[in-house]
Amino acid sequence: MTDYNITDLENTARKLRRHVINMISTAGSGHPGGSLSAADIVTALYFKIMRHDPGQPQWPERDRFVLSKGHAAPILYAALAECGYFPVDLLTTLRKTGACLQGHTDSRLTPGVDVSAGSLGQGLSVGIGMALAARLDKKDYRTYILLGDGECDEGQVWEAAMFAPNYKLDNITAIVDYNSLQLDGFTKDIMNLEPFMDKWRSFKWEVMEIDGHAMQQIIDAIRQAKTVKGRPTVIVAHTIKGKGVSFMENNVDWHGKAPNKSETEIALKELS
Amino acid sequence: MIDYTELSTREAYGKIITEMGAVDTRIVVLDADLSRSVMTKYFAQAHPGRFFQCGLAEQNMISIAAGLASCGKIPLASTFAVFASCRCFDQVRMCVAQPKANVKIVSTHGGITVGEDGSSHQAIEDLALYCSLPNFNVIAPSDSIETVEAIKAAIATDGPFYVRLGRSKTPVIYANGCKFKLGQADMLLDGRDASIIATGIMVSKSIEAANLLKLDGVHCRVLNMSTLKPVDRLSIIAAAADTGAIVTAEEHLLHGGLGSIVAQVLSANIPVPLVSIGIDDTYCQSGKPDELLEMNGLTAPAIAAAVRDVVTKKNKRYT
Repeated sequence: MTDYNITDLENTARKLRRHVINMISTAGSGHPGGSLSAADIVTALYFKIMRHDPGQPQWPERDRFVLSKGHAAPILYAALAECGYFPVDLLTTLRKTGACLQGHTDSRLTPGVDVSAGSLGQGLSVGIGMALAARLDKKDYRTYILLGDGECDEGQVWEAAMFAPNYKLDNITAIVDYNSLQLDGFTKDIMNLEPFMDKWRSFKWEVMEIDGHAMQQIIDAIRQAKTVKGRPTVIVAHTIKGKGVSFMENNVDWHGKAPNKSETEIALKELS
Repeated sequence: MIDYTELSTREAYGKIITEMGAVDTRIVVLDADLSRSVMTKYFAQAHPGRFFQCGLAEQNMISIAAGLASCGKIPLASTFAVFASCRCFDQVRMCVAQPKANVKIVSTHGGITVGEDGSSHQAIEDLALYCSLPNFNVIAPSDSIETVEAIKAAIATDGPFYVRLGRSKTPVIYANGCKFKLGQADMLLDGRDASIIATGIMVSKSIEAANLLKLDGVHCRVLNMSTLKPVDRLSIIAAAADTGAIVTAEEHLLHGGLGSIVAQVLSANIPVPLVSIGIDDTYCQSGKPDELLEMNGLTAPAIAAAVRDVVTKKNKRYT
């Protein structure tokens, strides 16, 4: 695989964001806000960090990625297509009848997608299962789980948060895409998560805090997390929902709405 | 050699997975703070590295099992039937049923024979819930011998399974061995007057009922329908064709379980009189298992009465 430098990664993230806009616009529905906020994290993982082979999606030694916030499926599909798991042309079949790209991720249909998601709060647990399997098989693959901040309202997240340190799992990295918005409004108003970092610390996780749009910070944090032994790591990545498209940024209205034709044109221009 | 005839279904489960786990290292077991009740404690003692205590967190347990399955493990996740069905249904649907994950959910303490713990602990909806899920196989074995065979089949067959076991010891039906085949009913008795189709602990009571009826000259076919999904449609249709009257018996709500499944097969293929024995749209209470069965009409005499009723209906139909 090509060795991407920071500029390459930033350009790739921008390209993936354009895909997201095109896909959701063509589909006429979808979740742009949370896909755009996660774009830089997903880019870093797929184009710099993770060990994977688009030619063999089931390669047993691959690092695992669990998109727990399954509604951000478009950003994952965009990354998988650009990596070569399937043709880029397929992206605009998103959400269409008979397409392999479902509204929320479906592990049965999409090459490179390991976990079906869409009902929130379950991905961290699934990732723990993958990490336990790695330990049993003495394999050195790593499991990355991307959660939303709103998703952390779900009780199961905290069941999983309690489990992983108990088993001293140090082969998983959880990343929270903390974009401060959920469907009904700002997370601080809907269900305040704070003090968020303290919660994870009290559950015995190694906690890191980064700017989730600063590519170098993302890469440094994920690499540093790999060196933490004896306990799991969570990276709380502060992001902006709708990042990269001015009228979508930090605007709750763009959680689950498709841009119309003129909005799409403006968005693509801003991302060019 | 373990004598499984001496064991409750849950004891038999605990022993067989421990044996199988020694041979097949893909087998892993997950538990939610009930290993001493669901009998996974034997596996935990023998194979501690492949036993995952999840604490009281059934949702987390099911999703972890799915993650393990996606990496080639064969996870068995166990808790009481009431929690295995109601507490984590979304996780089962999303992580197991939809992706067809190779996860085996084995519950114990199914039905009202849990007894004294009362309605909070009596699973009467679990079979309906699991039968509603696409991709799932659902089995309610009738005794400890069949339990062993059902567990072997579940482990040998790729895909999601729900196996419902009980708390108390059950009368042994298969003392001479059991040729369990997934999706196939087993004819335990044959007769021309009516068929009793039963599942779980109601199978032995159905044999008892058939023996009572024989004294009065009423001869019944008794089918053990241990696999509820995929259901053995052909055996149901054959029973209707050969005997013209059907009684179903289950330790479960009337709606959504065996009675509903059989009614659906009959009405679509060969409508004959049907009377269903089960729990009639109500929650039960604390009490001795036998008293609770009596209270809900889940007894051999009640099955026999239902057979007489259905035979009368059949005879009226043809006069």
